[in-house]
Parts: sequence; C-alpha cells; structure tokens
Amino acid sequence: MNWIIEQLGILSKIFYFLIQVVHWTIIISILAYLIALVCGLVFGVARIANNRFIRWLAGAYINVLRGVPLLVLIFFFYFGLGKIINLDRLVAGVLAVGVCYGAYMAEIFRSGIEAIDYGQHEAAMSLGMTRWQTLRHIILPQSFRIVVPPAANEFIACLKDSSLVSIIGLRELTRAGREYANQYFLDFQTWLVVGLIYLILTLSLTRLVKVLEKKFAVHGYGVIKK
Amino acid sequence: MMVVIKNLVCRFGNITALDGLSLDIDKGEVLCIIGPSGSGKSTLLRCLNALEDFQEGEISIDGFKIDRRHKEIHRIRLEIGMVFQNFNLFPHLNVLENVNLAQRVVRRRSLAEATFISRKLLRKVDLEDKIDAFPGQLSGGQKQRVAIARALAMNPRIMLFDEVTSALDPEMTGEVLAVMKQLAHEGMTMLVVTHEIAFAREVANRVIFIDEGRIVEQGNPEQVLNNPHNQRTRDFLGKVL
Ligand SMILES: Nc1ncnc2c1ncn2[C@@H]1O[C@H](COP(=O)(O)OP(=O)(O)OP(=O)(O)O)[C@@H](O)[C@H]1O
Ligand SMILES: [Mg+2]
Repeated sequence: MNWIIEQLGILSKIFYFLIQVVHWTIIISILAYLIALVCGLVFGVARIANNRFIRWLAGAYINVLRGVPLLVLIFFFYFGLGKIINLDRLVAGVLAVGVCYGAYMAEIFRSGIEAIDYGQHEAAMSLGMTRWQTLRHIILPQSFRIVVPPAANEFIACLKDSSLVSIIGLRELTRAGREYANQYFLDFQTWLVVGLIYLILTLSLTRLVKVLEKKFAVHGYGVIKK
Repeated sequence: MMVVIKNLVCRFGNITALDGLSLDIDKGEVLCIIGPSGSGKSTLLRCLNALEDFQEGEISIDGFKIDRRHKEIHRIRLEIGMVFQNFNLFPHLNVLENVNLAQRVVRRRSLAEATFISRKLLRKVDLEDKIDAFPGQLSGGQKQRVAIARALAMNPRIMLFDEVTSALDPEMTGEVLAVMKQLAHEGMTMLVVTHEIAFAREVANRVIFIDEGRIVEQGNPEQVLNNPHNQRTRDFLGKVL
C-alpha cells in the first residue's frame, strides 16, 4: 500500500515536471505543421500543374523528402544548413519536421484534388473560369473536405515525430523526460509518464478530428458519415 | 453566320469521333442534333466549347476562333453556355452561390447585382424557393434547371445542351424541356443534343442527324423526322420512336 502511494507520488512529481515543457512540444508541432500545410498545398498543386518543369520539381521535392529519414533531415538542417546560415535549434528543428511533413501533405492534397470529378473542372471552365479560378473556387474547397481527416491525422503523426528534435537539444517533452530520467535514475516511471502525456495529446486530437469531420461534412456530399 | 464549323476532324487515338464535319448556325437558330451512341454528338459540343482538342478544321463563333491552347480561351468560353447530362453543379455551394459564383469571379459583378440576376433566373426556372438548398438536396430535374440558370447568368450568346434530360425521370424531363422551350421562344441560339424526338419536332428550326462523325442528313424537323431520305436516319428513327 505504502509502495503504491510512494510510486504515485513519484509519477505525479514527474508529471508536474514534464507538463511545464509540454507547450514546447505543442508549439513545435503547430509551427512545423503550418509549414507542412503551406508546402503541401504549394507542391500538391504544383504536382498537377500544366508546366512540366514545375510538375517535375514538385515530384522531386516529394520523393526526396519522403525518402530520407526525418532524423537525418533534422541533423542536416541543424548541423549542416544551420552551421552555414546560422539557424537556431528551434528554427532548424521546426523547418526539418515542416518540410518533411510537407511532402506527405503534398501527396494528400494532390489526391484530394484528383478525387474531384473532372466534370467539376469542365463546368467551371465552361462558365469562363480560368484554371486558377477553378482551382481556388471549385476544386480546393471540395478537396479540403476530403483532405481534412488524413491531413489532421498527419498532425498527430507530426506531434509524435516532434520528439525527434529533442536530439538537437530542443527542450520539449522528450528532452525534458531524458533530463529527468538521467538526474533521478527513474527511467521506467519517467518514460511511462512521457508516453502517457503523448497519448493524452494524441487521443484528444483524435477526438477533435472526429468533430472536424462532422463539421466539414455537407449534405449528401463529401466525408462519409458513420 | 454566328457559328461556323469547317471540316472539323477530332480523333482519340485511332478512333475518329468527328470526321470532317461542317456546320453553320445562325443567330437565334435552335438546332437539334440526333444520332446513335458514339456518333460524335458530345464531341462536337465539347469542341465548340474548347473542352476537347481537334486535329483539323476550324470553328469560329461570332468571328472568334476556338483554340483550346489560346491563353485567353476562357474569355470566349464565357460567351458559350453549356449544360451537361450529369448537371455538374458545385456540391459545396448552395443554389444561389452556384448561380452567383461565375458572375462574381468572371463577370466581376457585385454581390448585389449577381444576386439580383440569379434570383431573376431562378424565378424563371421556377426554383426561387430553393435558393438556399444544396445540390445534394435537389431532384435531378431541379438540379438541371439550376444548371441552366447558372449558364444563363453569364449572358451567353449560344447555349449548348448535351442530353440534359437523359438522366431524368419522364416527369422531370418535362419540366426541363419546358424551360428550354421557353428559352428557344425568347430567341436564344441553341444547340441541343437530344433523344427527345417530340421536343425536336416542336422546337427545332433545324434537325441534324449525325453518324460516324459526319452529318448524314439535315433539314427542318418535318423533313428529317417525318420523311428522312437516308436509310441510316430511317433506321435510327425506327429505333428511338
Ligand atoms: N476522351 C475520349 N477518349 C477516347 N475516346 C473518346 C473520348 N471521348 C469520346 N471518345 C470516342 O469518340 C466517339 C464519339 O463519342 P461521343 O461521346 O461524341 O459520342 P455521342 O454521340 O455523344 O454518344 P452518346 O449518345 O453515347 O453520348 C466514341 O467512339 C467515343 O468512344
Ligand atoms: Mg454524348
């Protein structure tokens, strides 16, 4: 009985210690995700551009970044690029995660755009809309609804992978966990709590995604309702 | 001549969809195009609206040459209204927004002006009470009438209809044909691909029978529908009547 109370005390102490840095995990994930959204949109649209060179460029971006481990990207941005153009840890870490997820987001956006019936393009064009107007007013708004669930899931993955930036010394959840474990030799308890906090974050995000899916569902169209 | 089509050839791989087709259309003329499946009717309309590339010949509408690769082709397209068999309404926009959108972004009308025009057109197709509905909430006939209003809102010089009633029940077919009949009476230039022989007989100034990418027979409805000279026309009419 005493042992249990003692352990609970330790766990809650760890929890309070870690909860003070959890906002860094959230900030890093959100910033990286915003970069990913922009890259994803730009390269996803570029992937289906008329211009062959632009298409090729977008394809190259997607294939290269998806083909390299995120950890290596982080090293490259921080130790490689960072030393040349002087990036601090936060910028390098966020950029690395952002452009990496941008490649995944680009594929999600591309498939979202391609999922729209070609008749929609034709109807818009027959009304005199340019390609860009068609994309902006007809295709993308419909694609967004399709893209919301997979794109939101990417945020969850992004949040988990943000733990990798701990390796360049960014003091977020995982990094703080390592410090705590090393200082008090409480590896088992510390990593248990770290995992638990990630789990709380990801499970609440999963709930949020469900809500978003409902919100973006339009009568007789789009996201399938369960 | 409003529309001049000269020796139009359109191929898909080794299929020749249009095989040297020539056709002139006058302003205010209502032309019905009939013909078997795969004869090139849709392809003809799509070439007119620069939705399809063609390999030979030329098309001009009011003196504008139709060229899909031209940078400003969208400016010519807005002069040509098109209504599709499967409606192609924008599902994420309500009825009013469907009719408003292109007026706003293409014709650059103000919201008030666009809405005024849309309401007028929706009243005309008898759908003013559905203004806030989304396409998913409409019947096929209602969708098609919205699509017609949407095309008319751009003040096109000519309207193309590609089997716009083929996906509809008979009673809904009636309500859509009624709208088209009214348009014809108002003097709209119309090119109508249809299997509705009764409609062609009543409304068309001229009926064209197309087979294998060529005009086999044309003339007034009386002549083509009641006394076809060509055996292929007779066979076709025998099947659909
Ligand atoms: N995008 C395309 N790719 C390949 N072949 C095509 C394409 N569009 C049309 N065709 C072919 O061209 C020919 C003419 O087709 P089109 O759609 O114009 O016929 P249609 O007269 O409209 O027939 P229907 O009454 O069935 O609509 C057909 O043989 C068709 O298979
Ligand atoms: Mg057809």
